[in-house]
Amino acid sequence: MGLHKKTAFEIKESIKNKEIKAVEVVESLLKHIEKTEKDIKAFVRLTPDIAMDQAKKVDEKIAKGEELGDLAGVPMALKDNICTQGVVTSCSSKMLENFIPSYSATVNEKLGQAEAVLLGKSNMDEFAMGSTTETSAFHMTKNPWDLNKVPGGSSGGSAAMVSADQAYFALGTDTGGSVRQPAAFCGVVGLKPTYGLVSRYGVVAFASSLDQVGTLTKDVKDSALVLNTLAGHDKKDATSAGVKKVDYLDGIEKGIKGLKIGIPKEFFGQGLSTSVEKALNEAIYTLKQLGAECENISLPYSEYALPAYYIISSAEASSNLARFDGIRYGYRPEDFDNLEDLYKKARSQGFGSEVKRRIMLGTHALSSGHYDAYYKKAMKVRTLIKEDFDKAFKKYDILVSPTNPSTAFNIGAKIEDPLEIYLTDIYTVPLNIAGLPGISIPAGFSEGNLPIGLQMIGNVFEEKTLLQAAYAFEQGTDFHKKRPTFGKLVK
Amino acid sequence: MNYETVIGLEIHAELNTNTKIFCSCSTSFGAEENTQTCPICLGMPGALPVLNERVVEYAIMAGMSLNCGIANYSKLDRKNYFYPDLPKAYQISQYDFPICNAGYVEIETQLGKKKIGINHIHIEEDAGKLIHDSGIGTLIDYNRGGVPLIEIVSEPDMRNAEEARGYAEKIKSILEYTGASDCKMQEGSLRFDVNLSIRPEGQKEFGTRTEMKNLNSFRSLDRAIEEERKRQIAVIEKGEKVVQETRKWDDEKGRSFSLRSKEEAHDYRYFPDPDLVPIILEGAYVEKIRESLPELPQSRKKRYMEELDLPEYDADVLTSSKDLADYFEGALKSFSSDPKMLSNWMMGDVLRLLKSEEMEIEEIPFRAEDLGNLLKLIEKKTISGSIGKKVLEDMFKTGDQPEKIIKDKGLVQMNDENELESIIKDILENNPQSVVDYKAGKEKALGYLVGQTMRQTKGKANPQVVNKILQDLLKE
Repeated sequence: MGLHKKTAFEIKESIKNKEIKAVEVVESLLKHIEKTEKDIKAFVRLTPDIAMDQAKKVDEKIAKGEELGDLAGVPMALKDNICTQGVVTSCSSKMLENFIPSYSATVNEKLGQAEAVLLGKSNMDEFAMGSTTETSAFHMTKNPWDLNKVPGGSSGGSAAMVSADQAYFALGTDTGGSVRQPAAFCGVVGLKPTYGLVSRYGVVAFASSLDQVGTLTKDVKDSALVLNTLAGHDKKDATSAGVKKVDYLDGIEKGIKGLKIGIPKEFFGQGLSTSVEKALNEAIYTLKQLGAECENISLPYSEYALPAYYIISSAEASSNLARFDGIRYGYRPEDFDNLEDLYKKARSQGFGSEVKRRIMLGTHALSSGHYDAYYKKAMKVRTLIKEDFDKAFKKYDILVSPTNPSTAFNIGAKIEDPLEIYLTDIYTVPLNIAGLPGISIPAGFSEGNLPIGLQMIGNVFEEKTLLQAAYAFEQGTDFHKKRPTFGKLVK
Repeated sequence: MNYETVIGLEIHAELNTNTKIFCSCSTSFGAEENTQTCPICLGMPGALPVLNERVVEYAIMAGMSLNCGIANYSKLDRKNYFYPDLPKAYQISQYDFPICNAGYVEIETQLGKKKIGINHIHIEEDAGKLIHDSGIGTLIDYNRGGVPLIEIVSEPDMRNAEEARGYAEKIKSILEYTGASDCKMQEGSLRFDVNLSIRPEGQKEFGTRTEMKNLNSFRSLDRAIEEERKRQIAVIEKGEKVVQETRKWDDEKGRSFSLRSKEEAHDYRYFPDPDLVPIILEGAYVEKIRESLPELPQSRKKRYMEELDLPEYDADVLTSSKDLADYFEGALKSFSSDPKMLSNWMMGDVLRLLKSEEMEIEEIPFRAEDLGNLLKLIEKKTISGSIGKKVLEDMFKTGDQPEKIIKDKGLVQMNDENELESIIKDILENNPQSVVDYKAGKEKALGYLVGQTMRQTKGKANPQVVNKILQDLLKE
């Protein structure tokens, strides 16, 4: 029937117009998931009972003619670092393998109020630290375009499942690119909102000043649809912004005539693969055809974004993850001699090596004698990077760059050298540093038929402009219509 | 060799808010373990802190009452370390931009008035409580985790236990006055850490200091300071160096034990908490709080001395606690003719009865007005002073008004001279030997005869009148 190939917007309308029952949609998806999960493994946990229950409630409401939530009956999934009350939230870590929160993240509650349907929790890099989903303590998720390749990370599960039509949308989190990068690798749309637009309450913290919940969707309209539900001030999050409510769908077809687009030259430098460079140049041409004015600009401090990011995020992570000590919840070793032994064993055994690496890096960056040279310095550099963007946005409406320097690489290819993986974040990280919104949209394919992503960068709280620009590009091309065929079985 | 002691105090006071500093859990004392907790104060994954505005208000009030400057920019920082009573493995505190900066209090010492400097005041959250059970192990109650604290850090201006205690008592009294903290030491809402070093008299440089933690009574403060001074002197005179360390005072054993040395000292890796925004205070907001401050002990004392003509000693005792001063002024409303008399009764009988009945002032079962009325009755000579004391005791026990007690027990004083004269004449007749003794010059005999009269009248005779009549009659 191809029900699973529809978009969130289409399914929501079909259900609302009684063309199909919410329960049928769930059943159809569950069948498709069953067929495809052995290859993709995007989920860490399926919640079919909850999904059916929620779908039934929506159908009952429709039968009674009651008013529906904005996402009524639309099945989705949440990255496993987003707390779901009563459902294990593990962050793909042994440390929280059996942790069942007694509370839900605000974004989950909002989706619940909108009557979206929870299919399950998606796989991720452990505690969101990674760019390939390879550091998940449970299993590897494959890229639906080529099962030998990584889906990206850390929201690899969320991106892969949307790409493989297993869910109509999924939530991820983006700290240094963890929504946009896998979106580009998997050929879907990945949106990271402005820092503070979406509540972080109930999202297991990695780096508090960088984390944002983002959306993985099949097209730009879907991301506007979901953002409408997620955005808004939350009094439980002191860093959440008190901005006026915006309807991101309204006027999304505006087009980009006269839109001023800046192209930062630092994002088109060395390390960019030829296929990505080619696709981006064609994309810029398309944008011009659609009426935008494109100009080269410079963001001189952006080259320091990556090192500043690794210092700041590791420092904050080392503090945020200190609560996992085996005392109140989470992994606790069976044998230990004393308190110190308990702490050591719980954390050595509960955490994977990438998490431990970052905790050590972060602890070092904050330690006495090093704080000024590392953390404090990185925070100062952060201000300089933000100022570069502020200057650019005085003149330009959006900026454009590749999302990643290359297309998806082989599983296992880079995991031995953490630094190599860190370098893949080079174009996404500056947005988290500056708190800016960004979206990755499909912009072509490599010769090996792997997706290439275009990143659009907006000014703070200018998601409307950003989504209009993304929509215009998307509708002016047909990259987003192509779907993976699960080629190349693992050798 | 004479050694000078240098002492600094860090006082932790729990703020009197209804809810915790970063969540809406209750702060009430004495609840069943782990019933006043939530994901936020338990440090559950994904939970976030939000600052309680009342905490900021109370901290500002405390700072103002201690003559501190109020910072218009301050921020919250994470203090990172592992301990089971700290759920997040970091304490949210303030490091380099505290909410209040330099201030002072004045204390009375044997050598006169002395100013003790306050370095700064910062806000922070309290940790949970560890309860050591010899059978099970260590149990943790997180009810206290997240309760708001202010930490008042003094300058190292104190030189002996008397000054330290004077300072601590002053701080307690002032905080109680503002209402910022209830300072109930038995509930742990006021705790002291003592930093102490010694140096040879005349030396300018400070010696190595040690820190003693969590002293929670004035008595242990006194003892700990004395013992630590002795201990450090003994170390130096042995030719060794004092080790910079944290020590735990054991009140039962009467000595302290080393907790951790400098080598094991924590590196707290302070950094600004990214989950919270800086506290930016506007001038108008701060001034409004200043206007709402209750009258502080210093100005109250001055007022008692100047307007009520009370001696400094009385003014000091009466203003030593806000509740006591409030009660005094309540009684004054119904008895304003003789503040000194009221003061005597407050400092004497009232305080005595509070102690013997083991009551706090707020537990007194009768109104302050009633005390005033009692004194009015004594002043009018309706009852004598000594009967008045008995009536007061009854008031403490029953809460009844003095008029009712006097009526029920028929305690009205006998003032009628004729009535008394006939009784006294009887007593003189029945005690001829005392008459002879008195006339022979034995003053004691008069006292005996007065006593007999009081006995005969069941204490109701007006003693002045009795005295006068006796002396007149005996002259004959």
